[in-house]
Formats: sequence, C-alpha cells, structure tokens
Amino acid sequence: MSEGLLQIGATLVLMVAIVPFFGAYMARVFQGQSTWLDAVFVPLEGLVFRLGGVEPERQMDWWEYARAVLVSNIAMFVPVFAVLLFQGSLPLNPNNIPGMSWDLALHTAISFLTNTNQQHYSGETGASHFAQMVCFQYLMFTSAATGLSVGIAFIRGVLGRPLGNFYVDLTRSISRVLMPVAGVFAVVLLSQGVPQSLSGIAEAGLVEPYQTTTDGKTETVTTQKLLTGPFASMESIKELGENGGGSYGINSAHPYENPNPLTNLLEILLLLAVPTSLIYTFGVMAGNTKQGWVLFGMIFLLFAGLTGTAAVSEYFGNPAVNALLGSANANFEGQEVRFGWAQSALYATATTSTMTGAVNAMHDSLTPLAGGVALFNMCLQVIWGGQGTGIAYILVFLIIAVFLTGLMVGRTPEIFGRKIEQREVALASIIFLVHPIIILIPTALAVGIPGIAANSNPLYHGLSQVLYEYASAAANNGSGFEGLGDNTPWWNLSASVVLLAGRYLPIVALLALAGGLQRKVPVPETPGTLRTDTVLFGTVTAGTIVILGALTFFPAFALGPIAEYFANLAGKTF
Amino acid sequence: MSTFKEIGTAARMAIFFWIACGLAYPLIFTGFAQVAFPDQANGSLVRNAQNQVIGSSLIGQKFTSVRYFHGRPSSIDYKAEASGASLLAPTNKVLIERVKADAAAFEAQNGTKPTIDLVTTPASGLDPHITPAGAAVQIARVSRARNLAPEQVRKLVSQYTEGRFLGIFGEPRVNVLALNLALDGIRQ
Repeated sequence: MSEGLLQIGATLVLMVAIVPFFGAYMARVFQGQSTWLDAVFVPLEGLVFRLGGVEPERQMDWWEYARAVLVSNIAMFVPVFAVLLFQGSLPLNPNNIPGMSWDLALHTAISFLTNTNQQHYSGETGASHFAQMVCFQYLMFTSAATGLSVGIAFIRGVLGRPLGNFYVDLTRSISRVLMPVAGVFAVVLLSQGVPQSLSGIAEAGLVEPYQTTTDGKTETVTTQKLLTGPFASMESIKELGENGGGSYGINSAHPYENPNPLTNLLEILLLLAVPTSLIYTFGVMAGNTKQGWVLFGMIFLLFAGLTGTAAVSEYFGNPAVNALLGSANANFEGQEVRFGWAQSALYATATTSTMTGAVNAMHDSLTPLAGGVALFNMCLQVIWGGQGTGIAYILVFLIIAVFLTGLMVGRTPEIFGRKIEQREVALASIIFLVHPIIILIPTALAVGIPGIAANSNPLYHGLSQVLYEYASAAANNGSGFEGLGDNTPWWNLSASVVLLAGRYLPIVALLALAGGLQRKVPVPETPGTLRTDTVLFGTVTAGTIVILGALTFFPAFALGPIAEYFANLAGKTF
Repeated sequence: MSTFKEIGTAARMAIFFWIACGLAYPLIFTGFAQVAFPDQANGSLVRNAQNQVIGSSLIGQKFTSVRYFHGRPSSIDYKAEASGASLLAPTNKVLIERVKADAAAFEAQNGTKPTIDLVTTPASGLDPHITPAGAAVQIARVSRARNLAPEQVRKLVSQYTEGRFLGIFGEPRVNVLALNLALDGIRQ
C-alpha cells in the first residue's frame, strides 16, 4: 500500500506547487497586466477584436455579459451540430464513419458545448477525423474559455469591480492560458506515443493468428486494425480545459491516449491545474492571498480525504474475487497494468472532482466506495469544480456560510465589504438547488418508467448507473458508469435537457449575483466584521458544503453505492 | 449595443475560433508531428525483418499458444478498431463466474493459480502489459513448451520488465508483445 500512497502524495505535492505560479499568472492575464508574451499576443488579440467587431475597452453589465455568453454559445453550436449530422460526406473521413442520428448529434453537440463531453458515441467508430477537430477540439477550447470567463467575471463582481467584457475574456482565456499550455503539453504527449495523424486504419499482421467464434461461426483473425488520428492535440486541451471527451471510446485508459505513467501524471496535473490555481487567482485579485489559501486549504483537505477513501477502497479490492483466487489483491477489473489501483483511484477522484470526466479506468467496475466517491464529487461540484465555475460555486458556498453564521450570531451578513441581502440569498439558493433538482428528478423518472434504463448491472449498481449519468450531465463532468446503454432517444434527449440546465441556469444566476454585488455601496470594515479569511471560517464553509451536499443526496446514495458496499462486503452477488 | 450587432459579433468570434482552434491548430500540429515524431504520430508501429507491420508497441495482442506468454483477458478480444471493457460491477455475478472459469482454465494449463491481472479484463481491452508476477506464473509453461531452461526465460522476463516512472509513479509491468518477439528471437 505504501508505494501507492507515495505516488498519490507525490502527485498532490506537484499539484500544490503549480498553484501559486499558474494562479498568479492567470490573475495578471485577467487584470490586463503585462505578461511575458505580450509582444506576440497584444497585436494578435487586437486583430481578433477588429475581425469580431469587439470594443475591448467597453465594460458589460451582467445581463449584457450573460447575453454574450448565450448568443456566442448558440453560434458555436450550429457548425458543430451540422458537421456531426453530415460527417459521412465531409472530408478527412478515411474510416468511412457515417453521420450521427439527429438525437445523438444533438446530445453530442450540447455535451461538448457545455464543457461536459458526455459521450453516447464511441470515439473511434462514431466520429471522423474532421469531427474530432472542428467539433470537439474547437469546443474544448471555447467551452473551457467560456467557463473561465464567467468565473473571472464572477470574481470581479464579488470584489465590487466591473464584470469586464466577455469577448475579451474569452479571447485572453484561449490565447494566453489554454492554447500555450495545451500546445506545449501536446508535444510532450506526442513524444510519448499519443498519435497525431490524418491517415486511416493501419493493418498489422498478427504475430499469432487466432480463431474466434461469433454467432456459431468460426473465423481466423490474422490482423489487428490500428486506428490513429489527430489526437495528441486533442488530448492536452481535453485535460487542461476540464473537457474529458476521449478520442477513443475508452478515453485515457486507451494506450494511445495515455501510454505510460509519465503521460498519466501529466494528464492528472493538467486537469487539476486550472480549477486549483483559480482559487489562488481569486486571492490575488482580492488583494488577500491568505483568503485564497484558506479556501484552497479547505477544498484540498476534502479532496485528500475523498482520494484517500477511494484509494483504500480500491486497495482492499473485491472480496468475492479474492476469495476465488485465495489471495489478497487490489481491485483490477476495468483497470490497466501500467496504472494499477493507486493511479486509477487518483485519476477517478481527480477527474470527477474537477468536472473533467476523462477516465483511465472504468468507473463502472470500481469498488462501491470508490465509485461512490466519484459520484459524490459530482454531486458537490465544488471540490475543485468546473473550469471557472468551480471557484464561482466555492464563493457561492462562502456566501451561504456567511449568511448562516450571520443568522447565528445576529449580525448583518457581509462579504468583502458588501451586504448580503434577500436578492443574494435567493440567487445563491437557486444556484445550489438547480443541481439536485436536475439530478434526482430525471433519475426517479428513468428508474420509475419501465424499459428505459438499459443497465449492464442489476439492482443497487443499476440505480448508481442512472444516478451517475444525470449527476455527470448536471455537473458538466462527462464521465460515466458506461455500462448504461445510453445511445437511445430517451437518454440523448433527457441528458441534453440536464446538460443545458446544469450549464446555463447557474451561469446566468452567477452573473446576476455578481452584477448585484458589484452595484452595492461598500460598507467599511469594522472590528465587528466577520472575517472570512480565517481557518475557523474555512472550517464552517467546508462544513456547510458537506452537510448541504450530504443531506441532499444521502437517500439516493443509501440505495446505490452504500447498499452495494455492504452487499459486496458480505460477498453477495446479483 | 443593438441586437443585430450583438449577433454579428457572436457569429464572427465563433467562426474565428472555429478556424483557429478547430482547423489551424490541429492541422499545423499534425504537420509538425509528422516531421518531428513520425514514429509516435503514426501509432508506434512494430515491423518485422521484412518491414511488414506486425503490431504496435503500445497495443496488446491476443496470444493463445502455450509457447507464448499470454496477456490479460479482453472483452473485445484485442480488436483494436473498437476499444471496450466489461463494465461489470464488483457485485455482478457474471464477473464472478467469468473469473472462476478463467482461473480454472489457467490452473489446468499451468498447474498454479493465476495472478489477478490474468483473470480481470482491462479498461481498454488492449492492455499491452501484464504484471511481473503475472509473467512469473507462466514461465514454467513457456519454457517447457519451448525446451528452454526456466532460468533463461526468467532472465528474459526481467530484461523486459519496466519499472515505475522515476521509481515512484505507475506500476512495474511486462510488455507481452515485446517479450514474445524476444522469445521467438532465441535460437533453440
């Protein structure tokens, strides 16, 4: 066990080491301060603004900012939906992949537009090289940049500053954060074996041909069809942008997407980099890095605890399998030898806590507690959280915690010198409540109407599969308990509704909240002001997150992962 | 700002990034990859002495003969055109029945119990590796089938065992295809 915990610990140390540097850099970028590649970026961005008709100096109010998000996202949706429908007759399709059905194309386009990347198609058989580029890699940049912009605008509003200009934030997110980092790491991933080609399948003559029987017909297999594509450029932005949509159906478990422990380490660090660092960015922008570290420390402890739970659960493995083999083994079903239990558990918690959704092991085959941790992360969606939206949700919980403690001690709640009144509490409550509503109600419908949920696993785990699907859609995560037969009109359409509601309702509410706070008259800080940058207050906020999240979802968890855990311990199978 | 102008800006920005991020970036990167890393960019293909492609150093192949080391069971039979996994939950009796049958078959062929990697399916269905312990339990069978001294095969296995990255990250592993090609290269 010690070798496993050591590699998890070492990864977390590296993760923390990146935060102050990357966080400070993003603060400079979004406060319009000079950065080291200005000579290249200033003229380039100027050109983009002229082409787009953007007036970069113009500040947007919250409703203008929200409209820009919505209208630009609709404009990004159109070409992607069209290409997915007609990819069969478009160029760069050497493997002759047909167009998607309308419901699958709709779900896929919405899924990538909302930074979710839930996939009801399988990468290598469902998308042409062209679609992988102009649909997926395109939206991986723009959806991540949209989230990042909203997060930054929210921070500005909370701190009482003008929200900024959406198109300037969108452009800077791509030109100064996402594109340079993704480009550099794409080269590293490529050098380790992640393919980057436009050619079709390469046939390899097998070293040892073998016989296989399908439907009573025996045939001899003599070749292996090796499929490559423009994938290294996709892999790095897939992780950095918390997108998670795999070039291959099996995502980062595929040896071409994640060939060795080095690429695995880099992918984990990339997917954690933005949401962890943004907490520090907030501290820098607030002029109070201590506040940033308090929030960071609180989320870090929750993350470390959940990762540890998942890792220990994987280490002790499946009692039913171990009884058959007569030895103590970690869980291995649905995992790759090069990663093992420790890297599989770490990747699973990192990808679900950050709303990335890439996987290097099959979450459907995780032990019940590890699968439950993955599900819990998406239900809370603040233990790091999504690209940009993560820090915004953390601040919303801070507002709720300030309000609750204000009630308890009988003081007017204030945050960063602004009073929290009815409008703020109402909007914060909406942001909090949207999530459980769009997870639990569709789950109840899907398991309640006979014949809808096509599960690969029965009973408790079957419920977990359905719950996971909607939690993943609502949190814009995108991972899955993939045994669910989800390419049907029901799943495509119901998940599309959840994806849209989980993305745009909170974004509009967040911007409204930020706009309202920004317009308030600041109240001067007095010795009576409740300080939010103390360890005590961090603990209160963490408690608020866990209690609200746990209370909301506990009944569903009791019927899913928790029940399965006890059944598994008792050696029961279904 | 007028509605018309708002839509115009949104559309122009969307088109600009469509070209920049969706077309220019991956195409330029592909050009760079094909020049700088042609081997990796095209799938790390392995060729034989006649320059025919016989596999990829990153992708597992199915081996069934007693003369070869066997990889892990695969729910897609190592068909690389469509990766896939069993997606069975730990409490699914189909999983337990499958492990039981595979373990019995292994024991009949090798006279010893299998390690867990040899009776569980990987996530990708294309796992190129087995654990060093998973190789060790096959050494007796392979050396008998090839009339080699077990010591010689053991040496080959340890030669083809890769360690953790920096001694810390990932797990020790043996690439089955590389090991089997090396076995075929030994004169008997």
